[in-house]
Amino acid sequence: MESEQIEIASFLAQYPPFNELPEEVVNNVACQIEISYYRAGSEVFKFGDKIHELCMIRSGAIEIYRRNGDLYNRLSTGDLFGQLGLLMGNKIRLPSRTLEDSLIYFIPERVFTELCERYQSFSDFVEVDDRSRLSNAVSRHNESNELMISKVTALISRESVHLDDKATIRQAAQKMSEESVSSLLIMTSALNEYGEPELAGILTDRDLRNRVVATGLDLDSPVTEAMTRDPVTLDDDAYAFEAMLTMLRYNLHHLPVLDNGRPLGVLATSDIIRYESQSSLYMVSNILRRQTLEELVQLSKDVKSCFVRMVHEDANSHMIGSAMAVIGRSFKQRLLELAEDKLGRPPVRYCFLALGSMARDEQLVVTDQDNALILDNSYDKARHGEYFEALAQFVSDGLNACGYSYCSGGIMATNPRWRKTRKQWEECFADWIDNPDPEALLNSSIFFDLDGVWGKTKWADQLNTFIVRRARKSPHFLGCLARNSLSRTPPLGFFKSFVMEKDGEHRNSINLKRRGTAPTADLIRVHALAVGSRAQNSFERLDDIIKADILPKGRGTDLKDALEFISMVRIRHQVLDIEAERRPDNNIEPENLSDFERRNLKEAFQVLSNSQRFLKFRYPYTRKQK
Amino acid sequence: MKREDVNAAMDWPLFFKEQALVCSDSRLRTFYEHGCISPDTPLSETPFVALDFETTGLDSDHDEIVSIGLVPFDLNRVRLREARHWLLKPRKPLVEESVVYHGITHTDIDDAPDLGKVSGAVLEAIAGRVVVVHFRDIERPFLDSAFRQRIKEGISFPVVDTMELEARIHRKKLSRVLYRLIGRRPTSIRLSDTRVRYSLPRYSQHHALTDAIATAELLQAQIRHRYTEDTPISAIWC
Repeated sequence: MESEQIEIASFLAQYPPFNELPEEVVNNVACQIEISYYRAGSEVFKFGDKIHELCMIRSGAIEIYRRNGDLYNRLSTGDLFGQLGLLMGNKIRLPSRTLEDSLIYFIPERVFTELCERYQSFSDFVEVDDRSRLSNAVSRHNESNELMISKVTALISRESVHLDDKATIRQAAQKMSEESVSSLLIMTSALNEYGEPELAGILTDRDLRNRVVATGLDLDSPVTEAMTRDPVTLDDDAYAFEAMLTMLRYNLHHLPVLDNGRPLGVLATSDIIRYESQSSLYMVSNILRRQTLEELVQLSKDVKSCFVRMVHEDANSHMIGSAMAVIGRSFKQRLLELAEDKLGRPPVRYCFLALGSMARDEQLVVTDQDNALILDNSYDKARHGEYFEALAQFVSDGLNACGYSYCSGGIMATNPRWRKTRKQWEECFADWIDNPDPEALLNSSIFFDLDGVWGKTKWADQLNTFIVRRARKSPHFLGCLARNSLSRTPPLGFFKSFVMEKDGEHRNSINLKRRGTAPTADLIRVHALAVGSRAQNSFERLDDIIKADILPKGRGTDLKDALEFISMVRIRHQVLDIEAERRPDNNIEPENLSDFERRNLKEAFQVLSNSQRFLKFRYPYTRKQK
Repeated sequence: MKREDVNAAMDWPLFFKEQALVCSDSRLRTFYEHGCISPDTPLSETPFVALDFETTGLDSDHDEIVSIGLVPFDLNRVRLREARHWLLKPRKPLVEESVVYHGITHTDIDDAPDLGKVSGAVLEAIAGRVVVVHFRDIERPFLDSAFRQRIKEGISFPVVDTMELEARIHRKKLSRVLYRLIGRRPTSIRLSDTRVRYSLPRYSQHHALTDAIATAELLQAQIRHRYTEDTPISAIWC
């Protein structure tokens, strides 16, 4: 006779895959269980042990290892283990050990096999390991957004219209009228080695207005004088969302798509907006049209709703981060234009820098302003100092009014320390790289992600090249940076009270930025510098890192999935805050997570933790070379 | 000598042999014939059975058993497949206070059997095993009393009391009076509070079978923390 096991059954029913089974089946499983108590630090299974039961953690925590002793996974209440061994010849492949005093429920193999045979949901769950589950979670999310699965070629509505670079502006305008197009691709008359013309430039309606009519340019001058040379283009195998990112990033209205250098068509903003109803692209052009600070402040209230909309449209974190960064950058650009209107022409040339998450295209709604100024080498503090101080103050105050609060660490162009000439910046970065003391390392994690937003933006690129070249050749610096990036660890024992943030008002919560996305970005930066990547965005850096083949197989994509998942949980919880009219923050309370989020988040943290351990090994700490 | 010390010092295997010869009731005889393990049996080889009763009150002479839960186990595994649970019909009507406590109501037990009907099955399930309870003044005396009332023969057997094991640690140091004097409460050795100290999960209480499982898990935990696999059973039974 079997007895009812209400207590045990109600526990099982809370966790997948049992939560999808009929109640009487769960009750029956509960009656077949065996229970065992393990003290912390005891071995549950060693490699090669026979296994004939599925194990479920009732309380406590278990660590799963690889054969070489590397930590593979850390599990807690409600998690299963042993399924891999059951499915692969009843032998333990991954040994396990208790991290805390633990109570384990053992479900006999006979019951396990029967459940696998009878219930698809059960076998799907146990046959997929956690890592693939994370990648499925990410791709399932991506598949729900059309921009993510459509290729750019699907967006091209008609073939592009071409003209030879020998043509005149008048001929170009006539051709555009005949074909009723708003852009024209200008092709070289000289043929390349394959006997084909190449793309020389693009001419748009806007160019005719701004560069021809407004300046009174002779209509019979060559079209090359009015066109944009070497325009930004996209390959035909790119996805629609990449087109959107590119157009946002460079504020483009027309984007040629090439097949091996041969133009296929031109994407217009309107082609993208069809997919993304109320686009962040609108937001950007709106910002650039505001005439006063007050109007900008008014408009800044829409940033949050733009963010919420993108999340509801299932955009991925790269899209959202880029869109928010472009919006932030646009505010800066417009504020700088307004500042120059007010203060007059700058006495020397300069470049206004965005630092940190904005530079990485990873900005969200909770953000402060990190910025700096590069000044021309002819800058003279006595003569020009006052101008740039006023300029920085105007922009910084404006940004603060628009919701980009002052940087508490004082990393703003208003701080005289962060207004330097090109030469001084190079010296400063060289010093940080050569003498990585704690302060230098702290600065590195902010200043090494830099992006020019206004003025001589080329200087930012040059400075970036300087940094990458120098850092790459300094193993001592990379070792220090690696070690420094390990100071923030992911909360592995996620649901256990001891890992919660104990400070301030957010007790019993986890800061997903501090414990998740920031350490991931830090870690990716180290690898990116080591492989000489000049990308700023963490996903793009990862692409370069994967190409350089310095990570163990599969780790790069695991890390991408992990970063994407943690970012999306962070983003979704900010949206929940905004919709509930709370102040959005980076904290999440584990009880507010869905089971799906909880499970995958834990896996993502595990990936991050493993990657941190690899980093330590890849960039050993070395003494400074004399 | 206190009663528990008498029990602990008792030669249980010999007692079982004698009882097997003198008992007239066949169920009791069979129970004793299964014998009792030797006092020097190591804990790792001891077969246990956790036993829990819900009763109408605390007095074994007047109150009665309303449900019995039991689960066989050893140091490594608690085997739910072999767990048993019975509702019983007491001879005297239920009083409201006990209904509140264990949640068993009149309608639940209207069709339930008398203990006499299931006692054979209960004895069969615990035969050859060392009985484990939390607070020894319930199960053994109630079973003894129930048998005496029905067949005029009593029953006794060694038990491991998880509450007493816990009291050995927490109650030895200071007397209750001293605790009161220094204004501190003694550590609670109730089942649920004790389980928390061993990081065991919270189970709903006062269901005889769940409490039996909870007690079995607790003894596994106590042994893992306080004893070794080689400790003889005589060190913990009474």
